[in-house]
Amino acid sequence: MTGMEDDVSEMREPLVGQKILRTEDQTLLRGKATFMDDIPIAKGTLHAAFLRSPHAHARIRGIDATEALKLKGVHAVITGEDIKPYTKPLIVGFANPLDYRGIAMDKVRYVGEPVAIVCATDRYRAEDALKLIKVDYEVLDAVVDPVRACEESAPVLHEAAGSNRVSHRVFNHGEADKVLDAAKNKTQITIRYPRNSVTPMETYGVVAEYKPDTGGYDVTSNFQGPFSVHTVMAIALKIPSAKLRHKSPANSGGSFGSKLTLFPYIVVLCVASRLAGRPLKWIEDRLEHHASSSVAPSRVTTIEAAYDDDGTVNALRMEHYDDHGAHLRAPMPAPIYRMHGLSTNCYTIPNVKVTNNIVLTNKCPTGAVRGFGGPQLYFAIERVMNKVAKELGMDPLALMEKNLIPAGSFPYRAPAGALIDSGDYQQVVKDSVEQGKLDWLRERQKQARAEGKLYGIGFAAAVEPSQSNMGYISTLKTKEEREKAGPKDGAVASCTISVDALGSVNVVGDSTPQGQGHQTALAQIVADELGLKFSDITVNLETDTQKDNWSIAAGNYSCRFSPASTSAAKTAAERVRVKMTKVAGRFLNVPEDDIEFADSMIRSKSNPDNGLEFRRVGGLAHWSPSSLPEGMDPGIREVAYWNAPELTPTTANDEINTSLAYGFAFDFCGVEIDPDTGNVKVDHYVTAHDCGTILNPGLAKGQIRGSFANAIGASLYEEFVYKEDGTFLSGTMADYLIPTAAEAIDPVLVDTVAIPSPFTRLGAKGIAEGNQYTTPVCLANAVADALDYEDVTMPLTPSKVFGWINSGEEMAPPADEEKTEERLSVDFSGDALRGEGETFVPAPREKVWETLLDPKEMAALIPGCKELDKHAEDHFTGTLKMGVGAVRGTFEADIRLKNMRKPESVEISGTLDGSLGVSRGTGWVELDEVEGGTNVRYHYEIHLSGTIASVGGRLLSGAARLLINQFFRALVARAAPDAAPRKGLLGKIRSKFGGNS
Amino acid sequence: MKPAPFSIHIPDTIDEAVACLAEHGEEARVIAGGQSLMAMLNMRLAEPSILVDVSRLADLKKLEIGPDGLTVGAATTQAEVFHHPDLATHMPLVREALTHVGHIQTRNRGTVCGSLCHADPSAEMPLLLATLGGTVTLQSSSGTRTLSASEFQTGLLETAKQQGELCISAHFPSLPSSARWGFREIARRDGDFAIVAMACIADKGTVRLGVGGVSDAPTVEEWSDLSTADIPDALNRLAWKMGGTDDIHASARYRRELVRRIGQKLIEETLS
Amino acid sequence: MKVLQHGQKHSVEFTLNGEEVEGFAEPRMLLSDFLRHEIGATGTHVGCEHGVCGACTVMMDGKAVRSCLTLAHQAEGREIRTIEGLETPDHEFNDLQQAFHENFALQCGYCTPGMLMTLSELASTGKRYTEAEVRDALSGNICRCTGYKEIVDAAMAVLGDKGQVAAE
Repeated sequence: MTGMEDDVSEMREPLVGQKILRTEDQTLLRGKATFMDDIPIAKGTLHAAFLRSPHAHARIRGIDATEALKLKGVHAVITGEDIKPYTKPLIVGFANPLDYRGIAMDKVRYVGEPVAIVCATDRYRAEDALKLIKVDYEVLDAVVDPVRACEESAPVLHEAAGSNRVSHRVFNHGEADKVLDAAKNKTQITIRYPRNSVTPMETYGVVAEYKPDTGGYDVTSNFQGPFSVHTVMAIALKIPSAKLRHKSPANSGGSFGSKLTLFPYIVVLCVASRLAGRPLKWIEDRLEHHASSSVAPSRVTTIEAAYDDDGTVNALRMEHYDDHGAHLRAPMPAPIYRMHGLSTNCYTIPNVKVTNNIVLTNKCPTGAVRGFGGPQLYFAIERVMNKVAKELGMDPLALMEKNLIPAGSFPYRAPAGALIDSGDYQQVVKDSVEQGKLDWLRERQKQARAEGKLYGIGFAAAVEPSQSNMGYISTLKTKEEREKAGPKDGAVASCTISVDALGSVNVVGDSTPQGQGHQTALAQIVADELGLKFSDITVNLETDTQKDNWSIAAGNYSCRFSPASTSAAKTAAERVRVKMTKVAGRFLNVPEDDIEFADSMIRSKSNPDNGLEFRRVGGLAHWSPSSLPEGMDPGIREVAYWNAPELTPTTANDEINTSLAYGFAFDFCGVEIDPDTGNVKVDHYVTAHDCGTILNPGLAKGQIRGSFANAIGASLYEEFVYKEDGTFLSGTMADYLIPTAAEAIDPVLVDTVAIPSPFTRLGAKGIAEGNQYTTPVCLANAVADALDYEDVTMPLTPSKVFGWINSGEEMAPPADEEKTEERLSVDFSGDALRGEGETFVPAPREKVWETLLDPKEMAALIPGCKELDKHAEDHFTGTLKMGVGAVRGTFEADIRLKNMRKPESVEISGTLDGSLGVSRGTGWVELDEVEGGTNVRYHYEIHLSGTIASVGGRLLSGAARLLINQFFRALVARAAPDAAPRKGLLGKIRSKFGGNS
Repeated sequence: MKPAPFSIHIPDTIDEAVACLAEHGEEARVIAGGQSLMAMLNMRLAEPSILVDVSRLADLKKLEIGPDGLTVGAATTQAEVFHHPDLATHMPLVREALTHVGHIQTRNRGTVCGSLCHADPSAEMPLLLATLGGTVTLQSSSGTRTLSASEFQTGLLETAKQQGELCISAHFPSLPSSARWGFREIARRDGDFAIVAMACIADKGTVRLGVGGVSDAPTVEEWSDLSTADIPDALNRLAWKMGGTDDIHASARYRRELVRRIGQKLIEETLS
Repeated sequence: MKVLQHGQKHSVEFTLNGEEVEGFAEPRMLLSDFLRHEIGATGTHVGCEHGVCGACTVMMDGKAVRSCLTLAHQAEGREIRTIEGLETPDHEFNDLQQAFHENFALQCGYCTPGMLMTLSELASTGKRYTEAEVRDALSGNICRCTGYKEIVDAAMAVLGDKGQVAAE
């Protein structure tokens, strides 16, 4: 059985499995689709803009919106204090003292955190008002590393929690400690998974309106589910959940998980609309999305493995530091628990110990991202398996095969609780090796290496879970806490199918898609069941929580559609069929077991001439209730709620069947690394997927290729970069790099087995996440092989990879280099921008000192400063307008002098505060008398945050250097006005260069 | 992400444009293609109160390509230059570099002169102007002046263009027929700003190398009688002279290493 | 010299998909916002508003441009084409649309208008393109869903050596 035939077969073949072209394309390709920002809004609707924190960590002393409110068109400025009375904290899956309401209250804890909302007549004006709001911050130390955040000395984000480690759990499945302690062979590796996301092309969007009649709210947004979070919102808004009406537009421009954590904005905007007295619309912009929407948890994992000489791995022990940023938002920390049942991946490893540390740091909070915990876990497991092979001198694939779950042992219960439903991993590997030409690839590597090239081969395998058990997050609680809270399990899917008076079929599903082709796939399924043509089925997947059938699992996440939504649709269609069989049977006088649905007819199997058109049978239920069998309700509208009994609650021993259906993905690749540039070229990539029944090969391949592209992005390009002081540096799409068509890699898709799931109605499993799991670590294993280097971290940027290849000293400057040009160094790494330099001023030391410290003179030195007010000998303030090129901003400067040793040295510290950003810095200046003048030596460190750091990262250190140069040029000009101007004015500058490759 | 308020002034002549710039000083910014400025306006990194839109001034639409080189007016787009039938014949190095400038959509509006005036340290057009030894002509109410690349390019996002001056054209000289040339760019993705971009010209025993992306402005070095054995030291000296800065895409050291390694390959390729 | 004062709305007129349209915009209004929220032509999408993602690409006087990096007033008197103008006169898909449909070249469809407008410039030249040229041309349009292969296949079906006759 193969899964990927492309050809549309003859009529009467089931539509499921065929490459049916998408219904969705008809509006999308004409520009007539309805995305969130396309929906017409009521006249008078206000537009929101958020004021956001420029600081990674600060206490809010006060917010003054007086000036902003004076601006024409501004109706309201709303802060956390205003929101508070109308809300309760947004809860997560375990009891904790965190108080998070979607907007900063007393503190800000990451760059980009919402601080205030301007409600104005249009977005342009709303943004005008932002810079008029004055916020008084007390800046606090920040922490961004999750391991460091758990240390005693680390700044604590949430004082009420007492620690940044908000959850700590240890799980023992088998006897990993004992096996590892006694093991003859063991190894360990520490991995760091970076901060990334699959950022959708369409950002968040919300329209919220307070409804005085119900005391509730009407919301339209591109929220993606799970709708369990609807309950979180209703509780936070202190209203009965039925009074929170949520509607979804027909189209959503991608989500990949991210549109789950749009929900805190819904809560905030609901209250804001109530306070502003108008409907309120907000469309997130790209800078907001990068800084403040949602990212995958970054993670540090140390993993150990015990193994036999023959390659059998007997135990794994891992400790995760899962970094959730500044707040926990439901359903976080779900990703780590969603994968818990699969802590041994696709291997027959009998013992596993898992320690989960859930940590908060001063970064953007986390949420769902395609892969949901899998990339992080499998990066650790597949790296350690690779290392075991290396230590044994064994081929990595041979080691994997040695430990793969054998065919014939499914359903297989993994030690941590996953009930892996079906598969034939050995066959998938075999098909991949053959079709992906592994022998050829090995030969290619041999040749490349013979030519001195850096060429590596990597492998990775992953169990691909789909349809999450809604109870898995309870694994985070202790057994006692779980007993107290009551059981949580299952994953309810619903579908409603109606047949109207003209026999037309309408399907309403609960899958809130973002382009995966659900309308098309559901129409295939229902048309098959009812013997109709594809075009006869209308599918509407907009949702309305007040009018549609839904349950907590509704939404689009964790590959829920293929196993669950299809099962609900199949079940609902069967119910329609049963009802119509009864109607037709009575009308045609044919026994029900002789009725078939085919060719848009309902007819006798034994006598196909005896039949009725489908539409006429449907019509009977509406036009002629008297024709219906006795006791049958008129009309045809069948609702199916579907759940799988295999999704049981967490056991007393913390075992959990985290998902319902489990596919299998296997990849291998060859990479060549350019020793001169560090560029990682993916030379050959092979990927295989068994996802059970394939519903539509066109859609399925799209999911594989899409996931692969996202994974290539994560592996080679994408990272949300924070400096150690919490400064955010990846604000724009020129900083956070997404592969384009020019970088895209086309993998070999293996045609392999498609073993149906016994637990889903169509045998289908998810397919959209497999490459998130396999591809990053497959490439990492290949790079490790190419370079014989262990600490491989993503993204594999050329500059970083170059550093792994060239760890030695850089070629020294020529001996006479010092005399060349003016220069000062700026070091971009670490927690601040640091620089140092030295300049010669042809003036006496006293003169230079006076120039430096006189407020009038100092004003002239500072770029863009007209005047400084002197408050004390050592304290000055003023306004300055400065910038580089077209980039200009107005800043309030506050400068203090410390440790003055006239005329030798002084420490100058100050802050600059403006709409472009905030800067805190200190400079240490020393004046030495030398022949003909004064040598000014200085070093400085600057913390820069806010917009300028987020969007100007590429030019930041250059701009800092430019401004410092301006300062010292001015110093020379003021202190020694008669000195002849010349190029290289600063003369002799000795400097040390910062930054390591 | 919307621009702060500004007025648009649409002059009908160059004289009107420069008069307007003189009157409004640093409150006014010139917009032609706007492919750098608009992004800064949208992010409110720049908040001029007046935009002087010169994109429709016919007198700035100059485009001449001949044996003497390329002369391009301030309103002429990168795409118009790129698609000129004589570009490949007379200015193959410019043509090669233009393929690395942004994308189709930005080249269709972005102007060559706008790129020169924006003076991004990683941009290709400033690098070419410097390497080819081109000139920029500026006009103000007190007349016009023509600056060499080295006079014009003063640093990071900064040029010698004064308030009240309008860049009206730029000239890129062509290479003698005996000259050989090469161009290499290392960027994270297609169309991204260069981490390092290099243009090399070899003619009659001299080698000229222009480097962008490493220091604040394009740096040009010329050697005569450069033997293959001398190249590493020459490039090392150049690398240290430029220094380079760190950013999120690459470290300063990486940039210097690219100058040494890719520079060597480029020079060797150009000479061969 | 024409002066458009800030804080006031001024008339903007241009041709949109062959029809004259008129609206009012402050000087600072982006063409993307003007098309979407003044004219109601929401087929053009906004993805980044800083000129990187390409979702807002429209054709201006026959050339693909970023409507987020273009002011509404800069479109005065120009000819603008958007995705809404791609259909044939009898409301069928044009060649590019049909190729996208047949190749599964879109999923969420948010980037698709920009992709189609960029490719429309290529199609208007009547030239044949190599896959490398098409990939280079599309490098200013980001898609998060597909991984691009299907988009490139669709483009090549129209613009490649074996492509159909280019659209007018």
